[in-house]
Amino acid sequence: MKERIISASAALAEALHEEMTRDERIFIIGEDLVSHEGIFGQFKGLPQKFPGRVIDAPISESAIAGVGLGSALTGMRPIVDMHFSDFVTCCMDELCNQAAKIRYMSGGQVTVPMVIWCPDGAGLRAAAQHSQSLEAWFVHTPGLKVVVPSEPADVKGLIKSALRDDDPVMFFQHKQLFARQGHVPEEPYLIPLGQAAVKREGKDVTLLCYGSSYYLCQEAARVLADLKIDAEIVDLRTLKPLDMETVAQSIRKTNRAVIVHEACLTGGYGAELAARIQEELFDYLDAPIKRVAARDVPIPFSPGLEDYCLPKVSDVVAAVQAVTYK
Amino acid sequence: MAEDAKDLLGFYRTMVMVRQFETMAAEYFAAGEIPGFIHLSIGQEASSVGVCSCLRPDDYVATTHRGHGHMIAKGADLNKMTAELFGKKTGYCKGKGGSMHIADFSIGILGANGVVAGGLPITAGAGFSIKMRKTDQVAVCFFGDGASNRGPVHEVMNMASVWKLPILFVVENNQWASTTPQTASGSVRDLSIRAAGYNMPGVSVDGNDVLAVRQAAQKAVERARKGDGPTFIENKTYRIRGHFEGDPQKYRTEAEVDEWQKEKDPIDLFSRYLVKHKKSTKKGLEKIWADAAIELDKAVTFAKESPFPEPEEALEDLFVTDFKGGSPS
Repeated sequence: MKERIISASAALAEALHEEMTRDERIFIIGEDLVSHEGIFGQFKGLPQKFPGRVIDAPISESAIAGVGLGSALTGMRPIVDMHFSDFVTCCMDELCNQAAKIRYMSGGQVTVPMVIWCPDGAGLRAAAQHSQSLEAWFVHTPGLKVVVPSEPADVKGLIKSALRDDDPVMFFQHKQLFARQGHVPEEPYLIPLGQAAVKREGKDVTLLCYGSSYYLCQEAARVLADLKIDAEIVDLRTLKPLDMETVAQSIRKTNRAVIVHEACLTGGYGAELAARIQEELFDYLDAPIKRVAARDVPIPFSPGLEDYCLPKVSDVVAAVQAVTYK
Repeated sequence: MAEDAKDLLGFYRTMVMVRQFETMAAEYFAAGEIPGFIHLSIGQEASSVGVCSCLRPDDYVATTHRGHGHMIAKGADLNKMTAELFGKKTGYCKGKGGSMHIADFSIGILGANGVVAGGLPITAGAGFSIKMRKTDQVAVCFFGDGASNRGPVHEVMNMASVWKLPILFVVENNQWASTTPQTASGSVRDLSIRAAGYNMPGVSVDGNDVLAVRQAAQKAVERARKGDGPTFIENKTYRIRGHFEGDPQKYRTEAEVDEWQKEKDPIDLFSRYLVKHKKSTKKGLEKIWADAAIELDKAVTFAKESPFPEPEEALEDLFVTDFKGGSPS
């Protein structure tokens, strides 16, 4: 496929251009979308190309999420823009009590083709209410799919699959990654939900990551290579459904696993993943599973405080050294 | 509105069916044959029937935990409803929903709801979708005086007004939000006053007078279909039963309940109207009760004879691409 280098924002916008052209039932609703073309530029060109299908709503998260759900139940395929992922707290009833459950509660009468698009993550000195990584909450809610892409090419392929999926999909994109550049094929393509990717092959340890932690692991792998430790990187891409087969294949080879995420440690996705690995792959493990994650505090404002709380490359390296006994 | 006798008797028949359905539900719940908890709308039949009598099959209704009346008035299947209450495989939700989550999307019923005011944001979406799809459908959300104090009501009423969504906000003020009287929990006595704050028409009507309700709803439906936006209707009524079946009701007096039951029962009021205006006879109305009982008996027999779902069916119907409870591998 022909390739070129573009940002994650541009990859998202390109995917949405393709999908909104293909399917006129798709629309985007959220706060302050039209004027900014998305506050991170992620909807560039869409308001002009699709008038009336990029909609500025009042600051009313319950009603916005409700518009997503109610319209998905009655023939549309909405994208709900959460503005900042932290604001899901203002519409948890609509997402977790209603959208996640309505198909199940009604005995499978309906589908809920809705994408909840959530820009998340820390590092912007945005403090505790604009920096969270909340994916684990939704993994813990039966009825929602959870996607957390890292590279621009993943963003394009996964958002397109999410939009074609008939179930509600929580789609988390890290704010620090919008400007990240990467190879993105120009042609339309899909990356199926529930398919992890081995992005670096290695034999000594498996680094399990998603979203921003993928880049941490890439940097850590370079440092580890100098230490003669050959790390394999598995980018999970979708947390629910989880591609356990790819995870298992890698761990059967390396016999060691380090899980890295930016969300805080306790009750994070790493806890679930570590439990699955020890249940299913105990005999393949040569060391305890390590987790690298943020400290268990709200994200603080002052740069020194924030940096202290977030996982770093050196943390990943140290965890790998611990499990490889090197 | 000029309804002929056939229409009027149709409304009466539906009100009677709602009453008998809920009376049946109370009996089987008390006997331990209906599990969980159920909330009955006995005494509020004029509201559900009056509003739904103005709707088409392709219009939408979001209902509440007290939603049997709205369901029946919108045309729900009695067999499937009864079977769902009994937790049977043949129920509307295959036994996964129960009374609080009954839905029939094929006739526009977007679901009962276990969350107070939970249906309003969904109705906003239905209204928005109608606008996007450029049809002349309307969407109705029923909610209670208790729900009227929740935050999403504010968000949705404002949004519906700003965007002129084809929505009827129908608050059934039955005087009691669970154990708390409306007078102790609401800032105003006529809830329709609040509509002014959203720049939409608001009207309070006698919610036990089916024709008064119908008149208000008809006007609101016409306004919505024309694209002129939402209307807020307060149906003043009374919850004859407890908040839930088995509610000890220590918070109110029997005299209060008696007054509403004896003086203002919506079905009695409508019976008197029909006989007085020679639309039917006492005997004719009695036959409606008897016919409804026969129909309901069939639904109960259907429900009782239906199988329970197999336990492992609990893992079905979560995702379209089913991962059996979220565990794909």
